[in-house]
Amino acid sequence: MTRISVQVDGVEYTDDVEPRTLLVHYLREQLGKTGTVVGCDTSNCGACTVHLDGSSVKSCTVLAVQADGQAVDTVEGLAKDGELHPMQQAFTDCHSLQCGYCTPGMIMASIDLLKDNPDPTEEEIRTGLEGNLCRCTGYQNIVRAVQQVAGSERS
Amino acid sequence: MTAVDDKPTSTTSQIGVSRKRKEDRHLVTGRTTWVDNMILPGMVHLAILRSPMAHAKIASIDVSGARTAPGVLGAWSGRDFADVQGDLPCAWPVTPDMVNPGAPSLAVDQVNFAGDAVAVVAARTKGEAVDALEEIDVDYEPLPAVLDLEAALADGADLVHESAGTNKSYSWELDSAAAGSGGSVEDAARDAEVTVKRRFIQQRLSPGFMEPRSVVVQPADEAVTIWSSTQIPHILRTMLGLTLGIDEHKVRVVAPDVGGGFGGKITITPEEVIATLVARELGRPAKYTESRSESMSAAHHGRGQIQDLTITATRDGKVTGLDVHLIADMGAYLRLLTPGVPVLGAFMFPGIYKFPSYRFRCDGVFTTKVPTDAYRGAGRPEATFGIERIMDELAAELDMDPLELRRKNWITHEEFPFTTVAGLTYDSGNYEAATEKALELAGWEELKAEQARRRESNDPVQLGLGISTFTEMCGLAPSRVLGSLDYAAGGWESASVRVLPTGKVEVVTGISPHGQGHVTGFSQIVADRLGVPFEDVEIIHGDTQSSPKGLDTYGSRSLTVGGVAVVQAVDKVIEKARKIAAHMMEANEDDLEYADGKFSVAGAPSSSVPFGDIAFAVFSAHDLPEGMEPTLNSEATYDPGNFSFPHGTHLCAVEVDTETGHVAIRTYACVDDIGTPINPMLIDGQVHGGLAQGIAQALYEEAVYDDDGNLVTGSFVDYTLPTAADLPTFHTDRTVTPSTDNPLGVKGVGEAGTIASTPAVVNAVVDALRPLGINDITMPCTPERVWRAIQDHANGSEGAAR
Ligand code: FES
Ligand code: FES
Repeated sequence: MTRISVQVDGVEYTDDVEPRTLLVHYLREQLGKTGTVVGCDTSNCGACTVHLDGSSVKSCTVLAVQADGQAVDTVEGLAKDGELHPMQQAFTDCHSLQCGYCTPGMIMASIDLLKDNPDPTEEEIRTGLEGNLCRCTGYQNIVRAVQQVAGSERS
Repeated sequence: MTAVDDKPTSTTSQIGVSRKRKEDRHLVTGRTTWVDNMILPGMVHLAILRSPMAHAKIASIDVSGARTAPGVLGAWSGRDFADVQGDLPCAWPVTPDMVNPGAPSLAVDQVNFAGDAVAVVAARTKGEAVDALEEIDVDYEPLPAVLDLEAALADGADLVHESAGTNKSYSWELDSAAAGSGGSVEDAARDAEVTVKRRFIQQRLSPGFMEPRSVVVQPADEAVTIWSSTQIPHILRTMLGLTLGIDEHKVRVVAPDVGGGFGGKITITPEEVIATLVARELGRPAKYTESRSESMSAAHHGRGQIQDLTITATRDGKVTGLDVHLIADMGAYLRLLTPGVPVLGAFMFPGIYKFPSYRFRCDGVFTTKVPTDAYRGAGRPEATFGIERIMDELAAELDMDPLELRRKNWITHEEFPFTTVAGLTYDSGNYEAATEKALELAGWEELKAEQARRRESNDPVQLGLGISTFTEMCGLAPSRVLGSLDYAAGGWESASVRVLPTGKVEVVTGISPHGQGHVTGFSQIVADRLGVPFEDVEIIHGDTQSSPKGLDTYGSRSLTVGGVAVVQAVDKVIEKARKIAAHMMEANEDDLEYADGKFSVAGAPSSSVPFGDIAFAVFSAHDLPEGMEPTLNSEATYDPGNFSFPHGTHLCAVEVDTETGHVAIRTYACVDDIGTPINPMLIDGQVHGGLAQGIAQALYEEAVYDDDGNLVTGSFVDYTLPTAADLPTFHTDRTVTPSTDNPLGVKGVGEAGTIASTPAVVNAVVDALRPLGINDITMPCTPERVWRAIQDHANGSEGAAR
C-alpha cells in the first residue's frame, strides 16, 4: 500500500492504494466517482479520459500513485452551481450523445483539444478526437459541439 | 416525379420539433446508473474462466485451488451447475426439425468456441476473483476446429456437436412459385436473356457497444432482482425464470442506463445465468462485468453469411428472377434469435424491385466460433447488401447506368400498396422522390463529371460512385406474422398512462431504450396528443416492476409499435376525461372539443375545463358521474396489422488510391423516408450512427478467427472501430411518405443507416475499380484487399479478391 494525496474535482483526498491500482479504479472504486467509466482494456476507447493537472489522460493508463500530489478533474466536477460547462451544454445542444457511455471521456478530451487549439478546423477536431471511440453518434454531432464551443470562445 | 406526400401539421404540434433530449443531463454530468456503478451491501465480484481453445473435451477440471485463494468465497465449474443451469433459450425454432444441441451457460464436458465459459469464481474484489482464475486446473483434449461454412456441411466433416450427428441446424426455404406470390426461378433461368451469378461474403462483426455487458443479481429467499445491461428486461425476466426454474413473479429485471446495444444486448447471456446461480448459491449479491476482450470473444457476433445470388433479366434490363442461397454461420450454439436472423432477411432480398420470381434457401450451420445473433438490422442489412450489389453487377453486364436499371425495376409511387414476391405488402413509399432529392444533395452530376475526368487522365486516385436504394421491414410485430415464422413470442407493445392529482402524467412503456432518446420522443407524442406541456410528462421504462408488460427494444419497433401503444393509452384517458368534463360543465359530451389541454363546448371556447382540473376532480372524487371509478389511468396494448417500410436512397462517392489501395469517402448523401418525423434531431442522430456502423462493415470491421479458431481481433487494438477521423460529414435529408398502417404515420429509423450504407460504399469502391476489370472486393475493403485486387488483376487473374 502506498499513501497518496490527490485533489479530485477540487476536493483533497488522502488514501492508501495498492501500487498496481489504476487511476480509473481509484476514482470509481475508492472514491465512488463513477462518472468516469471504462470501455476497454487496451487504452483505445478513451471512455476513461480525465484531466491530470489540466491535461487529458486516459485514466486507465495512469497509476493512482502517479497522480500523487496532482489535481484530477473529472466530468463530475465540470458543472458549477448547477450550470453546465459550455462543452456539456454544447453536447446537449448538438445531440452529441446517444447512450452517453463515451460522453464523459469525449467531453474531457474535447475541452483539452480546445485548450491546445482554440480555433480548430473540422479535420483538426476529428484528428484530435481519434483516441476516443463512440459507437452511437457517427461523431458528426460531437464535432459540431466542439465547433460550437470554439465559436463562442472566439467571439 | 418529385411529389412528396405531406401530412398536415397543426401549429401547436409537438410532432416534427427538434426538442432537446430530457435524457442528457445526467449523462453529461456523469451522474449515471450503469450497472457496473452499482455497489450493494455484501456484494461479491465474479470472474469467469474462458476456454483458450476453439474445440475441446474437458477431460478434467479442478477448481479447488481457486476456492482457497485470497478473498474467494466460492468457485464452480460447469459440472457443479450441470443439473441446475438449464440451457440458454432459443426463441426461434425456424423449422420443426431444427437441430438444437443445447447451450449450457458454463460448459460441462466440452468447449465449443474460444471464449466459452468453463468456471466462475466469486471473491470480495474483482482483482481477487481474476487472480484466483489462475488456480483452476483444466485438462483439455483438443478437438478439430470447425471454421469453414462449406467444409462444415460436407460429408464426413468434423462435427461441432458429436451428438447432433450433423453441423447443419436447419434448412429454410421460401419459393414464390410454391407460396403463390410469384413464378418459378427455374422457369426464369431457362428463359433468361442475361444471367449474373455472384458470391458475397458477410463477414462477422462485433456489435461493439461501448459499455461492456454487466449484471448484478440480488437474491432474496425465492426471489431475485437482476440489474443487467440489456435491451430486453421483459424477455429476460420470462426467459431467465424458465431457464432456471424460478417463478416469473419472483424475478424482477431492471435495465438502468444501458451504454449501447445494437442487437448485442438482445440475447439471454450465459453471464446473466451464471451470476444468478452464484448469487443464489451464496445468498449474496453478485456482480459480473466483462472486460472488452471478453466482450469481443464471448458476446455474440453479427452477420456471418455466404450469399450465392443469381439474378436473371431481359436484355433491356427487366429483372425476371432472383435465386438466393445462404449459408449462415450460427456459431457454436443457438442463442435467443440466432436461427431467425437470416430468415428475416429472406423477405428483404427482393428489396424495392418487382421480381416476377424469387427463391430463397438458407442453411444454418454450426461452427466452433462464438454464436451469432442480432446485430443492427439483423438479416436485413445482409439481404440489402446482396440485392444492391448484384443490381450493380447486372447493370455492368447490361452496360446500363445502375440508377437507370433501378428505375426500370422499382415499385413506382402509384403502385402502392404493393405486395412483393416475398409476400410482404409495402403500404407506402416514394422511391422516385427520395432518389431525386438524394441526387441533388450529393451533387451527383458534378461527381460524375469528375469521375469521367479522372478516368480519362488516368489519375492514380480514382473516383467511384455507389448507389443503394433500399427498403426495410420495421416495427417487429405483427404477432400473427411472427407466429407464422415460428418465432415463439408476439411483437405487440404495451403502454399505460398514470395521471397524477396535479395533472402531471407518467407514461409507462414496455420499450427499453439504450440511447435512442425515447423519453424525449415519447414525451413529445404525449404532450402533443394530450395538450399538456412536454415537461409535465415522465416516461417510465426498463424495470419489470414499474413497467410489468412489454417486449423491449429492437428492430426499430419502439416508435412504430411502442409509440402507437402510447397514443392509444393517451386516447383512452382523453375519452374518460371527456365524460368527466361533460359532467363538470353540465354539457353533452358529444358537444365537447378537446384541444390544447382543455375541453370546451364547440363554438363556445370561453367556458372550458383544463385537463389539470379534471385530474384533481378525479383525485378528490367528490363529484364524479354516477358509478365512475375515480381514476384517469389507462392501459393499451398495440399489435400492428403490418410491418412498416422505411426506404431511402443513399449515394456514396469514394476516392480510391490505386497505388496504395486506400479508400476515402469523399461524399456521403442520403435521403431517408421514415414516414412522419417526430423529432428530426433524434432522427439525424440515429441516421449518423447507423451510417457509421454500415460504413464500418464496408471498410473497417471484421471479426477474424485464425486457422485454430482463435479470435485474432480480440480487442480494440485489432478490431477497427472507426474513429472521428475515419468518417466524413454526412449529408442527410428526408422525404415524408407517412405509413398508412399506424395513426402516427411513423416507420422507424434505427437501422436504416446501417442497412443502406454498406452496399452504397462497396458499390462505390467497385465502381472506381471496374475499369480495371475488378467486379468485387470482399468486405471490409481494406487498403490491403483493394491493393491486392489491383495487383492480381494487373497480373492477369480475374474477378473478386478474397
Ligand atoms: S477504458 Fe481507458 S481507454 Fe478504454
Ligand atoms: S453515445 Fe453511445 S458510445 Fe458515444
